[in-house]
Amino acid sequence: MNSDVFEPWEDPQAKPLIQFQNVTKRFGEFTAIDNLSLDIFEREFFALLGPSGCGKTTMMRMLAGFETPTEGHILLGGQDIDPIPPNKRAVNMMFQSYALFPHLSVWENIAFGLRRDNMPKHDLDERVEEMLRLTRLEQFARRKPHQISGGQRQRVALARSLAKAPKLLLLDEPLGALDKKLRQDTQFELMDIQEKTGTTFVIVTHDQEEAMTVASRVAVMDQGQLMQVATPDRIYENPASVYVADFIGDVNIIEGRAAPSGEDTYQIDWAEGQAPLTASSSTGFSNGQSCHLAIRPEKVTISAERPADAVNAVQGKVHDIAYLGNLSTYHVELQNGTIIKAQTANTRRISRRSFTWEDPVWLSWTATAAVLLAH
Amino acid sequence: MRRAVLIAIPYVWLLALFLVPFFIVLKISLSDTALAIPPYTPTLDFSAGWAGIKDFFSQLDFENYVWLTEDDLYWKAYLSSVKIALISTFLTLLVGYPIAYGMARAPQEWRPTLMMLVILPFWTSFLIRVYAWMGILSNEGYLNQILLWTGLISTPLTILNTSTAVYIGIVYTYLPFMILPIYSALERLDGSLIEAAEDLGCSRLQAFWLVTIPLSKPGIIAGCFLVMIPVIGEFVIPSLLGGSGTLMIGKVLWEEFFSNRDWPVASAVAIVLLLILVIPIVLFQRNQQKQAEADG
Repeated sequence: MNSDVFEPWEDPQAKPLIQFQNVTKRFGEFTAIDNLSLDIFEREFFALLGPSGCGKTTMMRMLAGFETPTEGHILLGGQDIDPIPPNKRAVNMMFQSYALFPHLSVWENIAFGLRRDNMPKHDLDERVEEMLRLTRLEQFARRKPHQISGGQRQRVALARSLAKAPKLLLLDEPLGALDKKLRQDTQFELMDIQEKTGTTFVIVTHDQEEAMTVASRVAVMDQGQLMQVATPDRIYENPASVYVADFIGDVNIIEGRAAPSGEDTYQIDWAEGQAPLTASSSTGFSNGQSCHLAIRPEKVTISAERPADAVNAVQGKVHDIAYLGNLSTYHVELQNGTIIKAQTANTRRISRRSFTWEDPVWLSWTATAAVLLAH
Repeated sequence: MRRAVLIAIPYVWLLALFLVPFFIVLKISLSDTALAIPPYTPTLDFSAGWAGIKDFFSQLDFENYVWLTEDDLYWKAYLSSVKIALISTFLTLLVGYPIAYGMARAPQEWRPTLMMLVILPFWTSFLIRVYAWMGILSNEGYLNQILLWTGLISTPLTILNTSTAVYIGIVYTYLPFMILPIYSALERLDGSLIEAAEDLGCSRLQAFWLVTIPLSKPGIIAGCFLVMIPVIGEFVIPSLLGGSGTLMIGKVLWEEFFSNRDWPVASAVAIVLLLILVIPIVLFQRNQQKQAEADG
């Protein structure tokens, strides 16, 4: 393995910065976090991703100290932080609403945390100036939060939470209030700042694109449990379950029964009168076990004739076309009514598009294109 | 046309109910007492024509205002009123702020009920409520009975007819005017600001001082003015609960008017009181305007 690659989670010797040890959090009858264990390493940009109500915000609030686990422990640098109040933790948070103090100027907002540490005036001035430079806010230092734009406010919130040089920075939906274009720019800015400062970032988001863009690792959550924790590419290419495959990006799910047909290769019976599909999988399936085949639309090829060398090919007709500018997604209806999505890059002008509505087409994919999932 | 009518309504209202009475009082304050009905002179006599009007104006003078500076009763009463108003405003703030804070922190579904409880006393006559305090505070009153019964004191406390009773009465009466503006400022306060302050290293108390208090400042200022302005001219509470030692300008004014039947001096006292009140009223307006700009 290349030693330059940042992958502490692959190294059994690496000591995690944060450890969730069998953490459970209940609010009355409701279980927000269910017996969850997780390690986060230093310098990581870790994303907690999931639908609203999945417990990701609770995880973050427990790290900040606003909530304490009902059961289990959270360790920061090997120390149990459950009894430590939020103001004594080397953890800072960037709030979803930014929570900037409206009665203080940008400069005073950034200095707020440093003042609490009784930092000497000279060092404090220097640190605030450094933060202003980092977030490119120098000329707004004297303004009040209501006198600057949303994007600038977001940067003030970031500068304020970074000013104390925390061991861990928590970001709660940091870009939720920005429009799409600004959000994309800010994502890269966040990554830059994270790299420059070397701080460990934990970001909470429901936007899978955002999580994929910024994070070194992504944890997909549902109903207080971790569904999968892996790098963005592994989450996308090797989802652990149908839930993860479906939550991240677009996917076709075909249900069927697996039958081993060779080493790591399976035949999947999926519909009456259709030839079985072939898929390779390193996880074992027993004969006749029910399974789900997950195929990303961009890995499905659409053609007018049946490709001669195709391992998997099905016939259908174009039911719908979603034109996205750079891409087109074809919704192809098979004879049994199943809809399979196939995505192609629009390398030609739209007037020269090969297929249109109701055209009979063939869909094909390789044995390795699909992921075979048990649940 | 319709707009002109709409604007005219408040102006006519102000003219009829504020400006006209104001000028009548101003005129009386420049007159002299007389054993007549009305008990002052001169009165405007239009039948004498232009000469009558000239004669009328020549008789007006500032004699009564000069008198206010000659007798030290008046400036002592003004000063004492302002002092009592300042102290009681401060006391009302001390009592009102925690109540407003508690209300704003209470669960959402309780708040209308709590608000109702604050406003409820207004459903009874103000005068009856002050009389009720006489029943509580007098030597044989409920408070002394309870204290004697519990054995905390052996002889009844003299509270009624002292300044203490006046302060109790004022704080009780004006408390809602303090609570409501502070409550409305605190209720709008975003809870995540307090969390952010704690996250950045504040203790609970520091977060309260550095975030909650500054952000509720407009409410505090509004509440203080709403209490202080009417208390300076307060008459009922000091005359019912206070003793001879409690000197307030409202009481002096009443005595000039009804006991001495010296309408011109009473009017002069009222005009000077109004001038004193203009200062806090202007400050109050500026606070409200600044608040509106900050919200806008």
